[in-house]
Amino acid sequence: MSRKLVPYFLLIPTLLIIGLFIYYPAVLTLKNSLYRVSPFGNRVFFVGAKNFEALLHSPSYQQEAWTTLIFVAVSITLGLIISLLFSLVLNEKVPGVGIFRTIVFSPYAVSPAIAGMLWSFLLNPVVGYVSYAFLKMFGVQSHWLTTYPSALIAIIIATIWQNLGFNIIFFLSGLQGIPDSYYEAAKIDGAGSVRRFFSITLPLLSPITFYLAIMDIIFTMFSSFGIIDIMTQGGPGNSTTTFIYRLYRDGFIYFNSGMASAESMILILIMGVVTFIYFKFVQRVVHYR
Amino acid sequence: MKKSTKKKLRVVIIEVLLVVIALIVLLPILLALSMSLKSPGEVFSFPPTLLPHKLYFQNYIEVFKKVNMGRFLLNSLIIASIITVGKTIFGIFAGFAFANFKFKGSNLLFAILFMTLFMPAELLLVVPLFNLMRIFHWVNTYWALTVPFLASATSTFLMRQHFMTIPKDLEDAARIDGATSMKFLFHILIPISKSMIGAVAAINFVYAWNLYLWPLVVTNSNDMKTVQIGLKMLMSNQSNNNWGIIMAGTLIALAPTLLLFFFVQKLFVKGLASSGLKE
Repeated sequence: MSRKLVPYFLLIPTLLIIGLFIYYPAVLTLKNSLYRVSPFGNRVFFVGAKNFEALLHSPSYQQEAWTTLIFVAVSITLGLIISLLFSLVLNEKVPGVGIFRTIVFSPYAVSPAIAGMLWSFLLNPVVGYVSYAFLKMFGVQSHWLTTYPSALIAIIIATIWQNLGFNIIFFLSGLQGIPDSYYEAAKIDGAGSVRRFFSITLPLLSPITFYLAIMDIIFTMFSSFGIIDIMTQGGPGNSTTTFIYRLYRDGFIYFNSGMASAESMILILIMGVVTFIYFKFVQRVVHYR
Repeated sequence: MKKSTKKKLRVVIIEVLLVVIALIVLLPILLALSMSLKSPGEVFSFPPTLLPHKLYFQNYIEVFKKVNMGRFLLNSLIIASIITVGKTIFGIFAGFAFANFKFKGSNLLFAILFMTLFMPAELLLVVPLFNLMRIFHWVNTYWALTVPFLASATSTFLMRQHFMTIPKDLEDAARIDGATSMKFLFHILIPISKSMIGAVAAINFVYAWNLYLWPLVVTNSNDMKTVQIGLKMLMSNQSNNNWGIIMAGTLIALAPTLLLFFFVQKLFVKGLASSGLKE
């Protein structure tokens, strides 16, 4: 085979899969979002942007938008802060630190469904240790998963915990990439440890933090479906229904394909913006080098 | 003297902090382990006991009686293995194409692939993807559970990134010796890239084993369900809220990925670290 053709040949499987199972469904989604299926499923009407209008004006969708925003923003912010603090300790060169690193990375292997199972157990009012600890410390017996807002807090805790391993792996590799000489120089100049953290560590970690923030957005927006489905099923009421949970409900419980497609389009749009921002940022980094 | 005492004190404080952090992270799994070894009588004792009075292994056997856990484990293993092999091999091919060839349209194809990097189709596009499976008559088959995942932008990028770090001279030398591109890939590039390929395979295996929404919607018979879905069944209707059995099932589902992670942790860290920013 001519060398010229080799790369195309090598790319066939990947492009075929991506085309058939990502691009083609995306086009179908766009099309379906413009149609409505009759109640008996036997006729299809073109409705234009009506699905989007109905969606954006629906109070439940607006509420779910807020839930998603709060869930994503709180999980990511707290998750990144906790991960960074843990990473600073794990970056110290003391005996046995390797074992501790292995332990702390381990939530990476845990699936969303399993994280949901573990935290359902820990927060269970009868058998759960965390729930019992709360009772002991604050004298309140909270029914975590069946009351608002504690159900939302519960899925945030599970999400942050499951993400710790992934975040810390990255922060630690970032910290190890900062040359010791930077800190030595700052020390000689009389900078204290807090000052060193804010003027050396944090700025040099910002590319990694940015990357993690984007990966965590994807995780909390989508993969957390497993956590929510196991722990709360979107309840109580609608209070832990995020965009992805609503999409599942409309698509597979209410069989409202037009609405579900409109929701998918909005999610694609959001992720398109995220991709665009990432692309811009990466280009800047490349330019920088 | 004073300085060395201060240094020692610092080490002690850090070690204590490390223990606290490790406990916080590992506690959910440790407490689940403790619960999974409690007898039915002890499961509901209040306040909950920290450790079981007597180790009760029966819960692990009960899991297999309550739900078809053996079959679920087998399904997950089959699906995760197929996805891992496909994603890794096709990732090597596509990564090699982008890293080692200059060809017409490469920028365009790269952009097409790049745009899907943050689009987890099995979640974002779950409804049309499911409709597609119905058209193919793939609902409730291994086809639906594996084929859409056989290639991805992530594996391609990881391999491309790695191949770009290998000196060009190597390929030039091979070509002068008369090796074709494919010979170079199979006889030189793949053998020297073993650890990166291992890393990509390990990451893909964990990803596939942990899939949840897709197997939930695309399987309807018990014979096709995966271990993650089996957990939901175990919790929702099977065991009268006996958390000993539920946690035993959870740990069975977690064991394969957790053990894999402990054994080849260096690979995971290497693979993940190179997936970041160094575009």
